[in-house]
Amino acid sequence: MAARGPGRVSVLLPTYNERDNLPLVVWLLARTFSDSGIDFEIIIIDDGSPDGTQEIAQQLEKIYGSDKILFLFPSGTAYIHGMKYATGDFIVIMDADLSHHPKFIPEFIRKQKEGNFDIVSGTRYKGNGGVYGWDLKRKLISRGANFLTQVLLRPGASDLTGSFRLYRKEVLQKLMERCVSKGYVFQMEMIVRARQLGFTVGEVPISFVDRVYGESKLGGNEIVSFLKGLLTLFATT
Amino acid sequence: SVSPGSPLLLSLPLSRFLPCSSHGSPTLLSPQAAMTKLAQWLCGLALLGSAWAALALAPPGLQPPAPLRQALLPLPVYLLVAFGCYSLATVGYRLATFNDCEEAAAELQEHIRAARADLRRRGLRL
Repeated sequence: MAARGPGRVSVLLPTYNERDNLPLVVWLLARTFSDSGIDFEIIIIDDGSPDGTQEIAQQLEKIYGSDKILFLFPSGTAYIHGMKYATGDFIVIMDADLSHHPKFIPEFIRKQKEGNFDIVSGTRYKGNGGVYGWDLKRKLISRGANFLTQVLLRPGASDLTGSFRLYRKEVLQKLMERCVSKGYVFQMEMIVRARQLGFTVGEVPISFVDRVYGESKLGGNEIVSFLKGLLTLFATT
Repeated sequence: SVSPGSPLLLSLPLSRFLPCSSHGSPTLLSPQAAMTKLAQWLCGLALLGSAWAALALAPPGLQPPAPLRQALLPLPVYLLVAFGCYSLATVGYRLATFNDCEEAAAELQEHIRAARADLRRRGLRL
């Protein structure tokens, strides 16, 4: 596939049961990009959702055009699969549940140009970044886990478990080849390996609007697997 | 990204034996030089530990002066406690200053409304 113009942004959206949120995210992305004059494409990789997400994605493809929206069936890792079809120079990874607002993407791009960064990471912990919808306990766990991560891994980035990031396409490709973990730990591993390989990471404060937390509390299982993952990274990187 | 060059080779021995900060200096972490974080910690602890043991547990002939010895013996515990206090203070401070994004949530609600209306106009069947 031929690359189309400098600075095109490919947004990879892995989805699972996002029938309600997907059209809203896509609408916000399209609006943000057209307002800032940024060339874009959105690649939706659905993990076999039973709630009709696929059907909504296909409708969106018709509405916005298939050069702007691409829908892929699942095949292996969503990111790796999606990247094969990405024609942009930059790839944005974000959540499709509206916890990440597309309005920050132009700021990511501005930051990237400013420092010629390989990765720009959205951070909830610095500047005027923050979270909506978390109670004290959730915030404590978040800050505690992040502190532990900073002490053990000294990663040079303030928000390691965040998943709202902009990558240079080649950088993401190299990292995907090397990263083996899943979930929170995968996001951490990406940054740690990026630093190992000498890539530069810039940060932009973002707001994370959690509308899901009420339904799915952070369980003991998640905490245990986070700690296991953290210790694995500590011992192997 | 910066590729490792000869200045890095000079820093190579140092980075092998001391925990090195990764903040703002990705060049020190060239693939050849990187120890795992665990290995760095163990090396650092071994170094400090042996230095402490050598001074604090020395035989009578080689002991450092008494005041120094008195301060040295409980030093590891002091450091641990100090680190514990620092951790609590830091996490507490960060918890207290964790921003609540009220306006972001309100703005999102507005945007959702606008999006739904516009998508309906464009023919999306929800």
